Amino acid sequence: MADTSKNAFATWLMRNPIWGFIVIIFVFFSVSNEYFFDLQNFRNILVQTSTIGLIALGMTLVMINGNIDLSVGAVVALAASLAVDLQSWGVFATWGNWAILPAVATALAAGIALGALNGFIVWKTGVDAFIVTLGAMIGVRGLVFIYTREESFFASNFAYSDFGSSSVGPLPTLAVLFLVFTVVTHLLLSRTVHGRNTYAVGGNREAAVNAGIRVGPHMMINFMIVGFFAALAGVTLSSQMGAATPNLGRDYELWVITATVLGGTKLTGGAGNIIGTFGGVLAIGILRNGMNLMQVPAFYVLVILGVILIAVLFLDKQLNRRGKQELKI
Amino acid sequence: MADPRLKSIGDLLARQGILIAFAIFLVGFAVFSDRFLTPENLETVIRQAAIIGVMAIGVTVVVIGGNLDLSVGSMLSFSTVLVVDLHDKIGPELAIVVMLAATLVLGAINGFLVGVARLNSLIVTLGMLSAIQGLTLIYTGGKNVDILDQETTWFAIFGRGHILGIATPILMFLGLALFMHVVMAYTPFGRRVYAVGGNPTAAVFSGIRRSRLVFSTYLISAFTTGLAALILGSRVMGSQNNVGQGYELLVLAGVILGGTSLLGGSGNILKTVIGVLILGFIQNGLLLMGFPYYAQWLVTWVVIILAVWLDIAAKRGRLLSPIA
Amino acid sequence: MMAPIPALRLEGIVKTFPGVRALDGVSFEVLPGEVHALLGENGAGKSTLMKTLAGMHQPNEGRIFIEENEVVMRTPLEAKAKGVVLIHQELSLAEEMSAAENIYLGELPTKSFGRVDWKTLYAKAGEILKRLNCKFGPQTRVSDLSIANKQMVEIARALTVNAKAVIFDEPTASLTDAEKVVLFDIIRDLKARGVGIVYISHRMEEIFTISDRISVLRDGTYRGTLVTAETSEDEVTQLMIGRSLDLSRNEAQVEFGDVALEVRGLSCGSLYRDITFNVRSGEVVGFYGLVGAGRTEIAETLFGLRTPSAGTILLEGKEVRISSPVDAIANGISLVPESRKEQGLVLGMNCRDNITLPQVDDLTAGPFVSDGAELAIFEQYRDRLEIKTPSWRQAVGNLSGGNQQKIVIGKWLAMRPNVLIVDEPTRGIDVGSKAEIHNLIRELARSGYAVIVISSEMPEVLHVSDRVIAMYSGEIIREFTAAEVTEDNLVQAISGIRADKVA
Repeated sequence: MADTSKNAFATWLMRNPIWGFIVIIFVFFSVSNEYFFDLQNFRNILVQTSTIGLIALGMTLVMINGNIDLSVGAVVALAASLAVDLQSWGVFATWGNWAILPAVATALAAGIALGALNGFIVWKTGVDAFIVTLGAMIGVRGLVFIYTREESFFASNFAYSDFGSSSVGPLPTLAVLFLVFTVVTHLLLSRTVHGRNTYAVGGNREAAVNAGIRVGPHMMINFMIVGFFAALAGVTLSSQMGAATPNLGRDYELWVITATVLGGTKLTGGAGNIIGTFGGVLAIGILRNGMNLMQVPAFYVLVILGVILIAVLFLDKQLNRRGKQELKI
Repeated sequence: MADPRLKSIGDLLARQGILIAFAIFLVGFAVFSDRFLTPENLETVIRQAAIIGVMAIGVTVVVIGGNLDLSVGSMLSFSTVLVVDLHDKIGPELAIVVMLAATLVLGAINGFLVGVARLNSLIVTLGMLSAIQGLTLIYTGGKNVDILDQETTWFAIFGRGHILGIATPILMFLGLALFMHVVMAYTPFGRRVYAVGGNPTAAVFSGIRRSRLVFSTYLISAFTTGLAALILGSRVMGSQNNVGQGYELLVLAGVILGGTSLLGGSGNILKTVIGVLILGFIQNGLLLMGFPYYAQWLVTWVVIILAVWLDIAAKRGRLLSPIA
Repeated sequence: MMAPIPALRLEGIVKTFPGVRALDGVSFEVLPGEVHALLGENGAGKSTLMKTLAGMHQPNEGRIFIEENEVVMRTPLEAKAKGVVLIHQELSLAEEMSAAENIYLGELPTKSFGRVDWKTLYAKAGEILKRLNCKFGPQTRVSDLSIANKQMVEIARALTVNAKAVIFDEPTASLTDAEKVVLFDIIRDLKARGVGIVYISHRMEEIFTISDRISVLRDGTYRGTLVTAETSEDEVTQLMIGRSLDLSRNEAQVEFGDVALEVRGLSCGSLYRDITFNVRSGEVVGFYGLVGAGRTEIAETLFGLRTPSAGTILLEGKEVRISSPVDAIANGISLVPESRKEQGLVLGMNCRDNITLPQVDDLTAGPFVSDGAELAIFEQYRDRLEIKTPSWRQAVGNLSGGNQQKIVIGKWLAMRPNVLIVDEPTRGIDVGSKAEIHNLIRELARSGYAVIVISSEMPEVLHVSDRVIAMYSGEIIREFTAAEVTEDNLVQAISGIRADKVA
């Protein structure tokens, strides 16, 4: 009995090597830095990673589905600008703190709508998602600049920035938000028909089509989900800063893809899970936080991240090799 | 049977759609702005497009070979910072040599990981993007670099000078394009790149050394990025740490607009030039018409998707995809 | 007594693709509780027919009846709902999902809010797997299953509906003998439940074991139906091949040259062991065996694509080390690979460039590829092999299978090799081109090449070879001269029965 459970654990670790890595860096930073192993610091890590983390949840769905979304960074900026700007509009002047509500709702709706647009184009034109969302990434940034006229917006309502620093019980609200959505997305992906069909479409598109699964709508829904999460990340980010800048979210797509791939999601689709992605996000968060505490300049984190990303890919390849008998192609 | 005339129009669109789009844009802008079709303006556009253009030439080679290179943007930052910083320390000649050598080393790392170790090029070059950005920051300690003696150094020739009456960036851009076009279209090397991109397995079965070939495509894109860094460094005479941020995607946009398929095995250097110029002309034309510079991004969005859509629609013979 | 109502019946099915009439008025029926084998050479139209039956293709003409009700099946799902299920040869499973999910792909049972009803799913799937005697549970991830078990998942899919007809497409291609026995039990069980079974296979002995009737397709036309118990392999073969292909036995050639290639004790891990043989110039040596017997792997090793774990390769008596295709080519070895689309051709590239690809380095004027030299080679082999293409600019992907194969052969003949290895020379091409390619292989040998032909088609091996080497499970079982070899002893050899040894 013990043997099988040990084996099950080994199998699980083989499939989610990122958690092994997390344990290693966690122990390393705990031992080497006195400030790391601290409840307040753990809260910080969760808040710091929540932005990238939220988007990574959606990206996981899109990538398992066999697509990719490069436009998430631009959507973050658009949603942040909308959320911060709209709440100060004259029509909501008498709404008090409630003005935040329509502003945030519009921001989230914009994210979902842009996701729907991306998904619809991928579905109907058959153009590769990489190209469609590359276009959107450039274009949506244009929308942001047109909307903001290259200016930053500042939240006039303090309730908005208070939200960003508020707590629910012992945990920061943003961390709770991230954790709750992690659980929800995990359930969506692992327990619902949409989630399972997402795997089927990404894993073997022809089989899915033959089984009567409608590929297009599933892809579109997943693009809408990642759009929603990108917009939500824009809202939480701007509430943390109490402001929105037109260049917000630049390079986020790269961070998010890095986190997702670290978590074991395959670019080819069909494989990956939310627990892995959560691990990928945490790994980046712990690494950034720990190195920051050790006063390693942020630059080194970039190098280390790049190296880790490639190393994970390299290990994965080596583990799956069939050895010397392999065809040398 | 389909109407043969329709087919030939479709064929024409598929083959020369990019040229037609180019012509439409030129005519359109010329109608709306009388300053557009002046030699001075055309020179400005091409000169400004040169940096992206030079990089796009190298990236086209990588993409034809069946891979992606997302690291060129941060490589551009690295190379520009390096050549600008070394200029005052060891003189322009040595600075250029050291910078090109260092850039080629980065390209070799890409080439080794993708070509020899056979790792996914998107992720490898994404990782390299991050790593090179970090390297650049480590090198400068986060400070900007610049050249003090901007008036007398001959280094100014790359970004600001003229050779034979033509602005050097234009000469480098178009000269390199012509050279690379000849290499890709008329030499055995070019033929092998197309073969590996088109069907890597069949290429190996035909006695092509795939690893070596992919490796060399990354050396080429690193080299063209080094040349772009010369133009950029010399034009600005200084550099921020993140000067090339986001360039990888603008470069890719030009390559895609030029009709090079991301699947590999097809593409054309001269069409990449046109793709890059279209982006340049959109930017310039919109500015002349009084739009802010970011208006071009919206147009780019539409143009990229339309261009690729029409391309594959012509190939599959129907406008909408058969996805259920 | 009334004749039973056929479970599935086709009438005058015509299916055309641009430039090809894949099915030309095919009629066919399968009765409930019958195993009806469908036979035909590659390219005869079996796969098109099967895809038409399963709703993946729409016929241009003709009608389909299920229990004598005319039906139209626009999608595989619709076909399945009507009781016709195809079990694919190429497994079409989502690897990262559980067996149960794959079995009920597209039809997962649900609870509220779109949640999957796992309890029902696992119960239903578990029941089906139990019926199939599977040793794995419904929750097993497909990527953890062996190929045979993956096939069981495919079969289990067919049992989720009240299937009236089940089509098996080469189901034993990747199964071991023990697994085959299990499969046949399942087929007999289905049969006993009154399901009509269409069984597609190349393997004569299987067909005679399992089927009740045999129908034969040739060149997209229906050639007749035989009752298995009343016919013989000869009769079936004749119907299958017809008179259009001369497969008379090869007359052993009198004079061969020196030994061009000799292989001693070559092994490669578990793929093949202790392979020893030689080929003389002017001689065709045929390798016959089932898929997976190690034939292709030997060819790939000789071409530098696999590293042998032991053994030596000698060319004209001299030991050589071949560690890459570049080495192989330099040593005068050419390989026409098994899969022309995946390994032989760059489909988007034009005909001329494909032919000259291995030697493009040598066809230069200064640093440039010489147009003239390339065209000369293209024209030479176009004429010699009678390749039909409108122009050298034509992308190879647009040519017919036979012409594509000739391009691959031309590409390797143009290298003027000493040893030519041809793996499955006529897979998936029409009968006319087949004969041409067979003649070509004979001709090449006569002009002094040493040729190795690897084939799964016995008539082909018998027709072209001067010597036949039979392989089974990674070993050479026996070597036959043209005079010794018969269909019987060849079949025995490749089934693992050692005629010359006492077991």
